[in-house]
Amino acid sequence: MIASLDTLIQVRRIWKPIVFLLCLVPATLVVTDGFEITGRLGANPIEEIQDRFGIWALRFIMITLAITPLRRITQWNWLGRFRRMLGLFTFFYALMHFLTWFILDSEMLISAILEDLTERPFIMIGFAALVLLTALAVTSTDKMRRRLGRRWQRLHYAAYVIAFLGVSHYWWQVKKDVTEPLNYAAILAVLLGARLFWRWTRKRKTAKDFSAPKQS
Amino acid sequence: MLIKKPADIPPSEITSETNFLNRRDFLRSGALAGGALVTTTAAGALVPDQRGAQLPGVTPGPFSTSETQTSYEDITTYNNYYEFGTNKADPFANAQDFKPRPWTISVEGHADKTGTFDFEDFIKPFDLEERIYRMRCVEAWSMVIPWVGIPLADVVKYFAPTSKARFVAFETLNDPEQMPGVRRPNLDWPYREGLTIAEATNPLPLLAVGIYGRAIPNQNGAPIRLVVPWKYGFKGIKGIVKISFTSTRPQTSWNMAAPREYGFYANVNPQVDHPRWSQARERRIGSGLFAGKQETLMFNGYGEHVAHLYKDLNLRRNF
Repeated sequence: MIASLDTLIQVRRIWKPIVFLLCLVPATLVVTDGFEITGRLGANPIEEIQDRFGIWALRFIMITLAITPLRRITQWNWLGRFRRMLGLFTFFYALMHFLTWFILDSEMLISAILEDLTERPFIMIGFAALVLLTALAVTSTDKMRRRLGRRWQRLHYAAYVIAFLGVSHYWWQVKKDVTEPLNYAAILAVLLGARLFWRWTRKRKTAKDFSAPKQS
Repeated sequence: MLIKKPADIPPSEITSETNFLNRRDFLRSGALAGGALVTTTAAGALVPDQRGAQLPGVTPGPFSTSETQTSYEDITTYNNYYEFGTNKADPFANAQDFKPRPWTISVEGHADKTGTFDFEDFIKPFDLEERIYRMRCVEAWSMVIPWVGIPLADVVKYFAPTSKARFVAFETLNDPEQMPGVRRPNLDWPYREGLTIAEATNPLPLLAVGIYGRAIPNQNGAPIRLVVPWKYGFKGIKGIVKISFTSTRPQTSWNMAAPREYGFYANVNPQVDHPRWSQARERRIGSGLFAGKQETLMFNGYGEHVAHLYKDLNLRRNF
């Protein structure tokens, strides 16, 4: 179904700016809670800031990956227009999560950071996810998309790998109660499962269409 | 700014100067002050059964640090008490309706005196002391807490353990009605902890009943909890209902949950990392966004009092 020109203009002029501002709300709250205007960051503000950015990075990758299945179910093609912005916000929150760890938590002590990166698998996994996210963010422009052609799509399948690494990173650092990471793992499983299911049914359908012509 | 305080300052003065009360606590304590009842006589420690009420007859104890104390608000809103939830803010949120009275503690095992005691009777023979201790969590953060309590060593001696008693085991209340966390199998409930008899009779450990001169809040382990300042915080079992003198090493909750990560001894040791994070440094709660971490001290800085307990022990293996 092709979205009407009106819808596209509305999306670009009205909905995109609104969604953009909404995506900035969690980051804004970190600042306003820091100054105790809207809330508090609590007894361990560095941990709180780091956790909030991290959890929002995870939420944004899930939201980004939900766009395609949602578009398919609802037939709202304009949803696709938000995918890049949401993907870039995933990168933004992951980067802020990393910078909080790098600057506030590790105090940019190179020896401590190297030890963490090499000896603590969950930090390595998180770092790998950020490196991949950076690659996707850099190649997210229309120009890069055109230049990379078919390879662009293949590269951007890395979004699934990133989501998987993100959930593992979260799972691995939890002390005992894995309920929350489990929730994200379940969401990811549904999002991936839906795609595999559609791919499988499409294959079966095409196979049937070719191999077993209808009997009249 | 670091404000140094001499260690022998009376507890009442520390409370009035540094006790941070939020508006709600202030209103509540004001309302309670009017009806505060003291139920025991001057012969023993007097612990009013109202939450947050001022504890009478507290004398300054030994071993107190003069470091800047963590604010009352931070101590009482940032807790690990899985019986009330696994997030740091959960115990404050979920423990407000918990009832720390009436409360009984059963003393069992290899001791001359055993039985089940009312909380008031249990602490009556002892005097309340204030001790300002560093608290180092296994998660690499730390606080400085002005506890009020009774020395564990006095309690152990009072119950007269026999020669068969080589360990002291503790258990927390396991009440799914009042403790939403125990409805989920996050740990093998009830929470269990233990010390060797030598550790338990060392003068440092405290059975705490107060913080900042006031009755200990529910989320910090009301009505009575263990404080072992040279060990990681999880050894400080809260809401104690059972103390047993055993001949074999008792099971301890975190060791049961993840034996590779948490040992029986759990001595603070900057040289032995947790498998997933470094224990070399710690974040002091309340130090601000840009203060950075500080070096963790061997035995949390209490080595002169406890290092001799472990002189024949490989601390890397017995973490």
